[in-house]
Amino acid sequence: MPNVDLAETSVRELNAALHKLGKDTNETLWSIANPAGEHSIAVGVDAPITVNIGGNVGYFCGGMNKYANIVIDGSAGQGVGENMMSGRIHVKGDASQSAGATGRGGLLLVEGNASARCGISMKGIDIVVKGDIGHLSAFMGQNGRLVVFGEAGEALGDSIYEAHIYVRGPVASLGADCIEKEMRDEHKAELGELLKAAGEIHKVDVSEFRRYGSARKLYNFNIDNAGAY
Amino acid sequence: MTEHQRNWLGTPPRKSATFDDATLAEIRRAAATGIYDIRGGGSKRRMPNFDDLLLLGASMSRYPLEGYREKCGTEVVIGSRFAKKPIKLSIPITISGMSFGSLSANAKEALGRGASLAGTSTTTGDGGMTPEERGQSKYLVYQYLPSRYGMNPDDLRRADAIEIVIGQGAKPGGGGMLLGQKISDRVAQMRQLPKGIDQRSACRHPDWTGADDLEVKINELREITDWEKPIYLKIGASRPYFDVQLAVKSGADAIVLDGMQGGTAATQEVFIEHVGIPLLSAIRPAVQALQDLGMHRKVQLIVSGGIRNGGDVAKALALGADAVGIGTAALVALGDNDPRWEAEYNKLGTTAGCYDDWHEGKDPAGITTQTPELMERLDPVAAGRRLANYLKVLTLEAQTLARACGKNHLHNLEPEDLVALTMEAAAMARVPLAGTNWIPGSPGF
Repeated sequence: MPNVDLAETSVRELNAALHKLGKDTNETLWSIANPAGEHSIAVGVDAPITVNIGGNVGYFCGGMNKYANIVIDGSAGQGVGENMMSGRIHVKGDASQSAGATGRGGLLLVEGNASARCGISMKGIDIVVKGDIGHLSAFMGQNGRLVVFGEAGEALGDSIYEAHIYVRGPVASLGADCIEKEMRDEHKAELGELLKAAGEIHKVDVSEFRRYGSARKLYNFNIDNAGAY
Repeated sequence: MTEHQRNWLGTPPRKSATFDDATLAEIRRAAATGIYDIRGGGSKRRMPNFDDLLLLGASMSRYPLEGYREKCGTEVVIGSRFAKKPIKLSIPITISGMSFGSLSANAKEALGRGASLAGTSTTTGDGGMTPEERGQSKYLVYQYLPSRYGMNPDDLRRADAIEIVIGQGAKPGGGGMLLGQKISDRVAQMRQLPKGIDQRSACRHPDWTGADDLEVKINELREITDWEKPIYLKIGASRPYFDVQLAVKSGADAIVLDGMQGGTAATQEVFIEHVGIPLLSAIRPAVQALQDLGMHRKVQLIVSGGIRNGGDVAKALALGADAVGIGTAALVALGDNDPRWEAEYNKLGTTAGCYDDWHEGKDPAGITTQTPELMERLDPVAAGRRLANYLKVLTLEAQTLARACGKNHLHNLEPEDLVALTMEAAAMARVPLAGTNWIPGSPGF
């Protein structure tokens, strides 16, 4: 099991080592000590490995991740899991702004709160936040699912496309073209699968959530909708 | 003036300079439709440009080089500041970013073919990287845009350079919209959105704000690509001195500065014509910013927006740019607005040379369209050859002018080789008005 101490090894050396791993690597469990809020830890990983990070990380941890299971035993700075393609990123603390931004696949699980713009421009990622999320979350969300156990800030789902949003707590306000939608059985099943993936399936009742998504009224430009923008 | 007076004097009715024919037509159009005009291309208004500058050529105090014998170098290296693998181009003329989606796949392939034949780079756009373009491009610059349509680490690593787009000359501060009629199945799939809906391109990046964040973002992209790829920053010309300084501070290898004549796939006419500054006025402040930081020629400056001929290339380099980018001119070289399609342009209510409804996807030349029967009209091999020919002419013209100024490399051209024909151009380019030593705005005058 490779152990990397970032007090002694640079992030550049760590990432270079991670990028050398092939899909069939035997070095499948990595332990990273003393992250000390460094930026860009474990970005661009393209191998089915587990990376345990022992502390807080800075910006873009796990950015563009493919296949890896990255566990952050602390809080994450801006853009954790940005544009991730697959795999799983588990933040045991809070996540700063733009968590999971533009993510195209995989699961981002945040035990604490996520700040503003969580899931902005999400394109297929699944995000589960066990606390609250900040304003403008899922802005222009194209695809994927955002699940929030707590509250959502203002302008949730502004200009949303086809992303699905499930929120258990109050929503401060909905953004342009985002509406509350009926929670049908297929949505409860979808939410159940997400909770299962997040390890929460027996702890939370899916019927406590409300569903939000696109009204699809702004999909094609219409001057009569100008006031909505 | 009464009717009697007009008849007696034979004086024609006087048109208003303020409310000219075009203005009146636009008011009527706006009143009839209730929507602003959207079009492609760049600014169409007359503004100070490279035609307002002249090269002085050699004389008693300068020695020219023999036009057909003595070497005049054209190569340029971009990205040598931090990247392990900087790009070495044969000519200082690049193909600017244009998206698959706004352009057809054949057009993108033709751009790649033409650029490769000429030994230069082409650039993706807001729609991801197509195999056709990657396959035919010796050097491909991969744009990193706010929308991140199609963004993925594999394409990042397949690219030869990465261009983070902050803005573009046609619409600094604006996002974009690809209208639904151009969203084919393939375009929709690449952008991960439903077919037929308008696809908005955000005006701000989703996961960073400000120069401090950008520095971290650049480092992330370097980490993902193991510090191999040159990283460019593209900015629309508006406050070039400060933007270039911030770009250098953020850690860019190269800066792409796009003046307001630079084209766009589509945006509001009012935006194209009223936001940003002409390229002529942007280069010297940008170069000054680099010089003040001791980074001129270390962080390369690529300028674009209205480059048309070898004279423009030579003048832009003389003002301090390391290379130029072409977009609209490259499309014309491929066949855009060609008079051979005049009858079809007429059916669209326009004429060859004026067609700019690129967003509608009806381009008779098969370039700004996703309609299969129109796309087929563009042969990517022949169009690529035309582009290569055009790039060769631009290079030969620039070399001819540089040799006449006694320069054995295009990069040896300098502001001292230039004068201006107008006070406006003299002030903007910071070169003397022809026949004087007067540079308006400079200390001492």
